[in-house]
Amino acid sequence: MNAARVISRDLPKVVAGLGIVAFALLPTAGLPAFYDSFFYLVFFWVSLSTSWALLSGFAGYFSLGHAAFFGVGMYTTATLTTKFQVPFLATIPAAAAIAALLGIGIGAVVFRLRRLRGELFALLTLAVTFVIATIILNTPIDGGGGVFMSAVPLPHLMSTPTGTIYMLGFAMCVLTLATAWWVAHSRLGMGLFAIHDDEDVAEAKGVPTFRYKLLAFALSAGIAGAVGGIHAMYVGFLTVAGTFELTVPLYVVLMSVLGGSRHWFGPAIGAAAITTLLYAFISGGEAMVGRAIVGLILILAILWLPDGVIPAIQHWLKRRRPRPDRGRAEVVPVVPAAPPIRDRPILEVRAVTKRFGGLQALGGVDLELREGEIFGLVGPNGSGKTTLINVIAGHYPLSSGTVAVDGVEIGGLPAHDIARRGVARTYQIPRPFATLSVLDNVVMAATFGGPLRARLEIRDEARHWIGFTGLAGKEAALPAELNLHERKFLELARALAARPKLLLLDEVLSGLNPAEVDNAIRLVRAIRAQGATIVFVEHLMRAVVELSDRIAVLNEGKLFALGVPREVMRDPRVVSIYLGKAYAA
Amino acid sequence: MISGVLAGGMYGLLALGLSLSWGLLKLVNLSHFALAFLAAYLTYELGTTYHVAPWWSAAMVVPAMFLIGVAQHWLFDRFKVNELASLLITFSFAVILEVAIQLYWTADYRRFETPYSTLSIKAGPFYIPVLELVLCLVAGVLAWGTWLWLRKTYVGKALRAAAEDADIAAAYGVDYKKLAYLLSGMGAAYAGVAGTFIALIATLAPAQIWAWLGVVFAVVIIGRLGNPLGALAAGMLIGASESLAMAVLSPAWAPVVSFSVLIAILLWDPEWL
Repeated sequence: MNAARVISRDLPKVVAGLGIVAFALLPTAGLPAFYDSFFYLVFFWVSLSTSWALLSGFAGYFSLGHAAFFGVGMYTTATLTTKFQVPFLATIPAAAAIAALLGIGIGAVVFRLRRLRGELFALLTLAVTFVIATIILNTPIDGGGGVFMSAVPLPHLMSTPTGTIYMLGFAMCVLTLATAWWVAHSRLGMGLFAIHDDEDVAEAKGVPTFRYKLLAFALSAGIAGAVGGIHAMYVGFLTVAGTFELTVPLYVVLMSVLGGSRHWFGPAIGAAAITTLLYAFISGGEAMVGRAIVGLILILAILWLPDGVIPAIQHWLKRRRPRPDRGRAEVVPVVPAAPPIRDRPILEVRAVTKRFGGLQALGGVDLELREGEIFGLVGPNGSGKTTLINVIAGHYPLSSGTVAVDGVEIGGLPAHDIARRGVARTYQIPRPFATLSVLDNVVMAATFGGPLRARLEIRDEARHWIGFTGLAGKEAALPAELNLHERKFLELARALAARPKLLLLDEVLSGLNPAEVDNAIRLVRAIRAQGATIVFVEHLMRAVVELSDRIAVLNEGKLFALGVPREVMRDPRVVSIYLGKAYAA
Repeated sequence: MISGVLAGGMYGLLALGLSLSWGLLKLVNLSHFALAFLAAYLTYELGTTYHVAPWWSAAMVVPAMFLIGVAQHWLFDRFKVNELASLLITFSFAVILEVAIQLYWTADYRRFETPYSTLSIKAGPFYIPVLELVLCLVAGVLAWGTWLWLRKTYVGKALRAAAEDADIAAAYGVDYKKLAYLLSGMGAAYAGVAGTFIALIATLAPAQIWAWLGVVFAVVIIGRLGNPLGALAAGMLIGASESLAMAVLSPAWAPVVSFSVLIAILLWDPEWL
């Protein structure tokens, strides 16, 4: 490893370390108190907007209710210190806990809604803010007169009160940024990014979406609560109108979006920039003009940098320093003699039915697959093939019947549990995570689908599957840069990375040209050689006959025929319902 | 109760334009409130300085608002703005308007005194203020007219089709772009109408721009996005329930009502939402 690479790797850590030391020493530098309070406000907005981004930026659930959690934190501290004489510092964890509980409570209700559209979530959180504000206003918590904090003793962390507030705000800010960094680089963050892009697919790849969203909500609300607790001491006098102001959620959103709400450090940049601007104008006596100019800057920023500052810089850096293209390695999978199909049943489907309202999509299907088998599922349009895949993968709950994988009953389990028990699927129309690179798409599937293993091992494995499906050299590309053929193979790479026992392929060949189909057929054989059992839905008869050990014909939600491909396809009953004319093999 | 329904007329009128652009253009226009207040201040200025009668100033202000709406849409169209970005941009736009209003008219409270503000008619035991009644009638006519326009005319049907799926509608020959300009202008013009009444009924202050935001959003959602009659009905429902809460509990509890209604409806998640 050469020196330049060491520097570029360790430079951010050094800068962060120096920054922390410099800001920690600032109050002792003897600057006027004015600076303490200015920097406190920067820390305050950085913490608040970063905490917002944990849920709304990372997972894409856009909240306008951040003032609710922040305000609940403020009033928790105010009530505990003034009415119950609890020491100020001890109230901050309480403020965080109560705000986090509120977040979990709201999440537990709204995340169960069937059709929770983005703007509804935003308005629900906004509405909750108004309700909480009114309750606090009309109960003894505030009572309409506001709460004075002046009698509350401030701990002597620093020589001056403003210095103490500064240190608390700074500590909170570092803690918040560290949390955001940790989330962005953890399994949780990976799951949240996937939820942001496509929640159904995330669940199917093994992300426990409900739990992750609640966790993100709790973290986001809890941090906002703690920030509010500290801020209560800064403002000294709390009023409901000042606390639950609409400008709080709006500024938080604007700051995050300006900096880049999907990056852990984006909100910090936006918050620092906007706070500095506003402060400059306020101290210059032009507060109103300052607000207007901030507004104008935001309009321009959103029009020209819709993803925020940090992503724009990253994009620019990537274009300036294009990664060396390692060239596209054509992977010719080595196909051993087909492994013996063992007698062990890997998938048992018993009397499965699925109704959508009055429509019976599946009417009592029985299937048994043996380990190592390639099983073709065919039938006319609307016969229930994709529904069967969706039921096995847990995307739709069963209406009745049982499904067992490797002897374990999985019917009724949530989709992410089924994914972790070794069932992977692909989508007929590829559904990659649009903002994750090809490599991250596969890493994500490997992380949540396969067994627990080290991060580096997962990366290597993901690269292996990317090469295996012929996508080598495209690791850094975004899915939108791939053609249909490549996106279909990305679907396969994601499914394989989960090391499935059972692989459900939904029309992987449709839309491909003959050469690409040949390539795909070789690939499916190679996948089987790795030991997976494959169910594939396909319309392309050539592939079905070439690949399948057995096929099942579905018609109107019922199993119509089952057996060796050539025999089934010659069955006159099958020909009549499905092909219309004899299939000349 | 009656005063609640009448106050609800204002919610409904404000919700009307917002609901149209949100439901049919997929643009959340926070500056709607600022435009309404700009119109109100213009009406006030024309009325107090130049002694122009409110209906004449409305005849000037409403078309001007229409043009502003069209100009706004040009910006959205030019930059392919999505729902979230529209929220942020129009918020910024509203802040700029608020500042402009404050710089010109100052932050003081302004009241446009007209002989109409004290007029009322007696219906049985109740006195009904004329202005509020006219407001409700105008809101009713606009909502009904817009509803008929969307339901019955070719242009209205084309708009609703384009809101469902712009690409498919375009394939059938709907010129969505032109219609979107028209609709955006109409939304702003409705803000102008609302502004005229705000000038006559309410006391003006720049910060008041944000006062109705929460309630009107609740009204838009409850009334179903893009449904003018729904917006008006929801406005009156919220207005009535607020005044009921004020009478039974205390005025301070009123905000809880509209938002509890909103939360309950969102959680109930009925088919018509």
